[in-house]
Amino acid sequence: MTPHLKRLEAESTYIIREAVAEAENPVLMHSIGKDSAVMMHLTRKAFYPASPPFPMLHVDTRWKFREMYLFRDKIAQISGMELLVYTNPEAIAKEINPFDHGSSLFVDITKVDGLKQALDKYKFDVMFGGARRDEEKSRAKERVFSFRSATHRWDPKQQRPELWNLYNTRKNKGESIRVFPLSNWTELDIWQYIYLQNIAVVPLYFAKKRPVVVRNGIILMIDDDRFRLLPGEEIQEKMVRFRSLGCYPLTGAIESTADTLPEVILEVLNAKRSERQGRVVDHDSPHGFEKKKQEGHF
Amino acid sequence: MSNRKIVQSATIEEFLQQQQGQDLLRFITCGSVDDGKSTLIGRLLWEAQQLFDDQVAALQTDSKKFGTQGEEIDFALLVDGLAAEREQGITIDVAYRFFSSSARKFIVADTPGHEQYTRNMVTGASTADLAILLVDARNGILTQTRRHAFLTSLVGIRHVVLAINKMDLVGYDESVYRTIESEFEGFVRDLRFESVVAIPLSALKGDNITSRSKNTNWYQGPTLVGYLDTVEIQRQVSEDFVFPVQWVNRPNSSFRGFAGTVASGSVRVGDEVRVTASGQIATVSEIVTMDGNREDASADQAVTLTLDREIDVSRGDVLTLSQRPLEMTDQFEATIVWLYDQAGLPGRTYDLKLATQWMPSSVSHIKHRINVSTFAKEASAQLRLNDIAVCNISTSKPIACDTYAKNPQLGSFILVDRFTNATIGAGMIRHSLRRSQNVHKQALSITREDRERLNGHPAKVFWFTGLSGSGKSTIANALEKELHRRGMRTYVLDGDNIRQGLNKDLGFSEADRVENIRRIAEVARLMLDAGLVVMVAFISPFRQEREMARDLIGKDAFVEVYVNTPIEVCELRDPKGLYKKARAGKIPNMTGISGTYEPPEQAEFVAAPSMSLAETVTKLAAIAHVQP
Repeated sequence: MTPHLKRLEAESTYIIREAVAEAENPVLMHSIGKDSAVMMHLTRKAFYPASPPFPMLHVDTRWKFREMYLFRDKIAQISGMELLVYTNPEAIAKEINPFDHGSSLFVDITKVDGLKQALDKYKFDVMFGGARRDEEKSRAKERVFSFRSATHRWDPKQQRPELWNLYNTRKNKGESIRVFPLSNWTELDIWQYIYLQNIAVVPLYFAKKRPVVVRNGIILMIDDDRFRLLPGEEIQEKMVRFRSLGCYPLTGAIESTADTLPEVILEVLNAKRSERQGRVVDHDSPHGFEKKKQEGHF
Repeated sequence: MSNRKIVQSATIEEFLQQQQGQDLLRFITCGSVDDGKSTLIGRLLWEAQQLFDDQVAALQTDSKKFGTQGEEIDFALLVDGLAAEREQGITIDVAYRFFSSSARKFIVADTPGHEQYTRNMVTGASTADLAILLVDARNGILTQTRRHAFLTSLVGIRHVVLAINKMDLVGYDESVYRTIESEFEGFVRDLRFESVVAIPLSALKGDNITSRSKNTNWYQGPTLVGYLDTVEIQRQVSEDFVFPVQWVNRPNSSFRGFAGTVASGSVRVGDEVRVTASGQIATVSEIVTMDGNREDASADQAVTLTLDREIDVSRGDVLTLSQRPLEMTDQFEATIVWLYDQAGLPGRTYDLKLATQWMPSSVSHIKHRINVSTFAKEASAQLRLNDIAVCNISTSKPIACDTYAKNPQLGSFILVDRFTNATIGAGMIRHSLRRSQNVHKQALSITREDRERLNGHPAKVFWFTGLSGSGKSTIANALEKELHRRGMRTYVLDGDNIRQGLNKDLGFSEADRVENIRRIAEVARLMLDAGLVVMVAFISPFRQEREMARDLIGKDAFVEVYVNTPIEVCELRDPKGLYKKARAGKIPNMTGISGTYEPPEQAEFVAAPSMSLAETVTKLAAIAHVQP
C-alpha cells in the first residue's frame, strides 16, 4: 500500500473504534456501493480478530439494481455482521416510484423518511456512513462526527468544532451522531484501496454491454421491466459502467471500456466529469442535496 | 480527476509507483473577511486542473447568478457550498478540499474569517502543518490577521505563507508589498515560526499562483504552488512510545487485545510496557492486525496489542514502555480557546476529553487572557467566546498527559458542557502544576469508616436547595435537632453564616456564586470525612454547581433535597425582606426575580409545600439513619 493509503486507513480505523467505544447502539449504514464496501472492510480490520460488534443497515428503496441486491446478500456473509433491511411501509403501500412521483419526492419518502423511521425503530445512536468530503460541496463542510437532533436534523451553522482527533461523542437521549470515517478519502483513494486490498465490489462498476436508453444526456440502464420508456425512446446496447451507484432510474452510467480494476483506476485518473455527475438527485435544484441533508439524508 | 495533466501513467504499476513517493501536506487558509480565501482555493483547484468539466459548467452558471465578479468566474463559489454562505457571500464553516501535484497531495481547510467563527478557524488549524495567511493588499494587517497569526502559532503550526492578495488592485506596487511584509515580520517575531514567506498574489487574476507573474518582476521568491510543493515540514514528534487504549477486544475467552493508535514512538514484540494509572507491567506478546501479526508498530499506526499476562487495562488507560513512564497529574496549566457563547467560569465542572480519557474537570484559576492584537496579558474573571486565556485546570482524578509542545496527542484536550454537550473549549497543556508521583495524599490513620463506626451512624451530606424563603434553613435546623436528639453528630452550614466568614470576600455575580458553592462543597466534604451528618442550606441556583458538589462529596453520601416552595409563597413569607428590596430594584441578581434558578431534575428528596415540617423531618431522618 502507498504511504498515503496507510495513513488514511489508520485514521479511519481510529475514528471507527472511537465511535464504537463511546456509542450505545452503533450501526453501519450500507448502501452497497464502493464506499460501503471500503467501510465494511475497514470495520472488519478495526475489530479483528473479533467480528464488528454491531449490525449493518440497508435502507431499501426497492429500486436498486438487481446486481446490487445479489451483492448485498453475499457480502453480509463475508462481514460476519448482521444485515438489517428496512423499507418505508408508506412507500410500499403507495407504491412510491421515481417514474410517477419524481426523483425528489421518491428520495424524500424512500430514503430520507425510510432512514429516519429505521433509526427510530432500532434506536441507533451512532450511524457510520461512507460519505466523503470530495463528493459534493455541502459534504465538504461536514464534520467527521456530525451531530443530529432528536428529529435527525443537521444544522450546518451549529456544528461542533472538531479539533485534532478529539471527537465529542456526548449527546442526550434521542439525539444521534453520524460518523464519516472516509471524510478525507477521495474517489481515487477508494479505488486504489479496493485494488490493493482486493475488496469485492458490485460488478456494475465494470464496463460491459448493457441495455440502456439515453435521456436528457444521461445514460439510463434498463434493469427490469419496471422501467418506462418515453415515446420514441429505443433501448440500445452500450458498453457502460457506473462510477456511482444509487437507485437505477436515477443513476446514469458512463460509456467505458474499463472492465478491470486497473482500467477503472486509470479511467478515474483521466476523467473529465465528476463522480456524482450522473446522480439526478444532486441536480434537482441548487442546494437540493444540502436541504436533503438538513432534513436527515446522509 | 487529480493529476489529469501531471500524471501520464500508462499502467497501474507506474501510477502506484508514483504514489509511493507522494506525501501529504495539510494546510489552512485564513485571514480576515473578504481577503479572498475562498477565491484562492478555487483558483488553486483551477490552476492545478483539479476541476471537472461539469463543475466548471456549474461554476459558470453559479457565477452569473450569485457571483460578485461580473461576467468573470467567481472562484469563491466553488468552496462556499452552503446556501447561507452564498446568500451572505461569506464562509461560515470549514470546508476541506483535496488536490495534488506531482510532488504532493494536499488537504486544504478553508476557514472562515469572521470573528464570530474563530472557533472554526481553530478547528481547521488544529490538524494543519502550514497556514496561508491572506492579507488584502489595500488594507494591510488587520486585527483579524494578528488574531489568526497568533492562533496559528498557538496550535503549533511553524510555517506561514503571508499571501499578500489583490495586488492587481494596488497596481502591483512593490512598496505596498514591502510595507506589509515588514510590518508582519515585526509583529510575528515572538510567535516562533520557523519560516514566514511573503508572496504577492492575485487569486482573482492568477498572479504567482502556479507561474511567475509578469506584473511582479520585482519579486524573486517562489510561486505559491512552487512553495507548497517543496516546503519541508518537520512534525513535532516525541520518541517515547505512548499508546492510549481505545477498545478492549475480547472475541472469546482466549483472546484479550488492546486496540488503539500509537500516539508516538514505537513498540516491538517483547517490549515491557506499563499501564500509566495503575503502574502494572507486562510484556507485549503480539501486535495483531487483520493483515497478519507484526513485529513492531510506530506512530499513527492502528493496531491491537496482546500482553503476556492478565493485567487490568481498559479504555482510557495509556500504555508506555516501562522504562519511560508518563507522568500523571490532576493540576496543570493550559492555554484555553473558549469556543462557546456561554461564558466559562472558574470552579464550574466541565467534562474533559484527552486522548481516550474522559474526566470531570474545572478551571481552577484564570491567570490571564491574551489580547490578540497587542499580545498583552489581561486580567479576566471569566472566559468569553473566542477568548484565549492561560488557566489552571484541575481534574477530578489524575490523568496521563504531557505538554502540547512535547506530545500534541497527550497535550491537547477539549472541554464539553455537561448539560448541552456542546464542545465549549479547546486546551493545550503548558505544564503540569504538580506531579501526582510527588503529591502523596496524606494517609490518615483514622478513616471515615472508623469514625462512622465510633459514631454509630453513617456520615452524610444533606444539600438543601431552593429559593430564598423556601424553608431550607427551617428544615435543616429541625432535622439537626431531631438527629441530635437521636445521639447523632451533626452540623449545619448555612449560606448567610458562611458568607459572613469564610466567604465574605465573595459577591453575588455568577462567578462568585460558583466559587461560593465550591468552597462550601469542600468544607462539607471535610466534615463528612470527620464523620458528621452535614446539612448544607444554600440556594445553590445552578445545576452544574450542585453536580460539582455531588461529584466532590461522592454520590453515596450526597442527598440533594429540593425544597420546592413556589416563589409566590416565598415572596409572601419574605423572612429577610429580600423580595421586597429586589422588587424595589435594590438587589440585582436576586434568585427567582432577576437571577436564574435551575430546579433539580433528579433530587434524592423533594420537600413539597404540602408536606408538614414534622413529616419532612421524619422522612429525612430515616435517610440519615441507614446503618454504615
